[in-house]
Amino acid sequence: MEILVCVKRVPDASENEIEVNSKGTDIDRDDLVYSVNEWDNYAVEEAIQIRDKVGGTVTVITVGDEEAEEVLRREMAMGADKGILISDEAFEGTDGRGIAAILKTEIEKGNYDLILTGAQADDGAGQVGGMLAAMLDVPYASLVNHLEIIDDKKIKAGREIAGGNQEMNEIELPCVLSIQTGINEPRYVGIRGIRKVASLDIPVRTAGDLGLDASAAAPKVNRVDYFVPEPGEGAEMLEGSTEEIIEKLVEILKAKGGIK
Amino acid sequence: MSRQVFAYILHKEGTPDDTALELITAAKKIDPDASVVALVTGTGDNLNTVCNDMTASYSEVWKVDHADLAYPNAELVRKALVGILPKDAVVLVPHEHFGLDLSPGLSVKLDAPYFPDVFEFEGLEGDTLKVIRQEFSGMVSTHVQADISGGAVITPRPGSFQPDESKSAGGQVTDKSGEVGELTSTRRYLEIVEAEVGEVDITKSDVLVSVGRGIEDQDNLEIIEELAEAMGADVSCSRPIVDAKWLEKSRQVGTSGQTVKPKVYMALGISGSFQHMGGLKGSPFIVAVNKNPKAPIFQVADVGVVADILEFVPELTEGIAEEK
Repeated sequence: MEILVCVKRVPDASENEIEVNSKGTDIDRDDLVYSVNEWDNYAVEEAIQIRDKVGGTVTVITVGDEEAEEVLRREMAMGADKGILISDEAFEGTDGRGIAAILKTEIEKGNYDLILTGAQADDGAGQVGGMLAAMLDVPYASLVNHLEIIDDKKIKAGREIAGGNQEMNEIELPCVLSIQTGINEPRYVGIRGIRKVASLDIPVRTAGDLGLDASAAAPKVNRVDYFVPEPGEGAEMLEGSTEEIIEKLVEILKAKGGIK
Repeated sequence: MSRQVFAYILHKEGTPDDTALELITAAKKIDPDASVVALVTGTGDNLNTVCNDMTASYSEVWKVDHADLAYPNAELVRKALVGILPKDAVVLVPHEHFGLDLSPGLSVKLDAPYFPDVFEFEGLEGDTLKVIRQEFSGMVSTHVQADISGGAVITPRPGSFQPDESKSAGGQVTDKSGEVGELTSTRRYLEIVEAEVGEVDITKSDVLVSVGRGIEDQDNLEIIEELAEAMGADVSCSRPIVDAKWLEKSRQVGTSGQTVKPKVYMALGISGSFQHMGGLKGSPFIVAVNKNPKAPIFQVADVGVVADILEFVPELTEGIAEEK
């Protein structure tokens, strides 16, 4: 089975405090720690497990600047066979629709049975997978938290819906799925694993290679600015020494029926 | 002619979802003069019940009755909507699991801009619609805009818009079933697998001690259990704890987990994403402890403490034990 996983390099929200820059044009990107989008890691792990079961190839792909190569290498250290970096200044400032259009042109050069994305990334949109499927005219399922390969023509996918329930679907290949966290336990990648794949070649595709011009990536939707809303009244913050805080908090909890 | 805004109505067993009335408010924030049309797909009596129900709130209700839409398979619903919607349609779909399935592809098929997870609308200037979204789990907000003269697909965040309870529309149902055409997809709905019932039913708990990513390690869960025991509370959690398989799924509070309605909710090391808060109903008294003073949870909590739960929780447990 030929599997493609679309990944994204993002600021790691667990390692950074995300703040807006002084002009409000972007988040403050100085000294940010970047990593692969958390959801994408689950998608790559799932792809590797499928390949190990039924055979085939796992390719990881990203659209980004040259630094995005590091996340491809990380996922190759996890076990992906190949990486493809799509990078061109013409693609800067594109939107989710543009990313999907760019990916589509590269995907049509290959012969992929199964295309996976993370369910969402740093912008919380969860849009590229669904757009890509519509552009390729193949079926799509979002929020997949269970995946079974039935044969080389179809799969069974469980979607995470409300209340902890799961919606089961049978889907013919090729298809696009967005993968939800919790579907598996992504393997750990150590520094030694990264070193092993350090010398592997990762081809870079430019707009020219894909036969695209800047208009293909022109955004339909534009981000005007970043801001932090005026905080509302919010919580009553307890301050003082730890003993003072705990004394106050125990009193409050008792009053509210929080201690039985 | 005034602008038409279409609202996709989620429903189950003949009952419309809470978002059905929220979308009216959202539509009016886009354009106060808009004529808002309810889109209801499904089949049989349940569909008719929902359509009739919606005429109280929407002046126009478009009904699509098709046996294959008895369960809302997003692939089929998308085809049905593309068949009946006008070219410049502005379509609202709630941003939840169905909206996420349907909407990105719908925007491609309608060749319209997509506004995902919209939190608030700034309104129209000419044909340019400006909205507010959040990024990085709510840590920063952005204004996003696009020209919607050729239509738009928008997924408003559930719970972010007040439901329009006026119910004075006196609307009519228009049957659009005949315009849908053939519906086929290579994605076939099979069944719903119900969530496993856990050892503790947190939906019935009065007091919940809820733990999130801030616990850092499975071994540290002990301090949460000790606090819950001291308080006479049950332990619940946010999504990362279940993803890591440290607690069972039935303990998860949130839109993809359980909906709980305790009197007191202790949010320990939980940032407070909208998906998590969506599982908390009945206005509980919320105590938040988080080491990040900017965590969104402090915006919705009643009482907050900026502290590392690994240090704070054992001291709190001790403090409660001394009181007893």
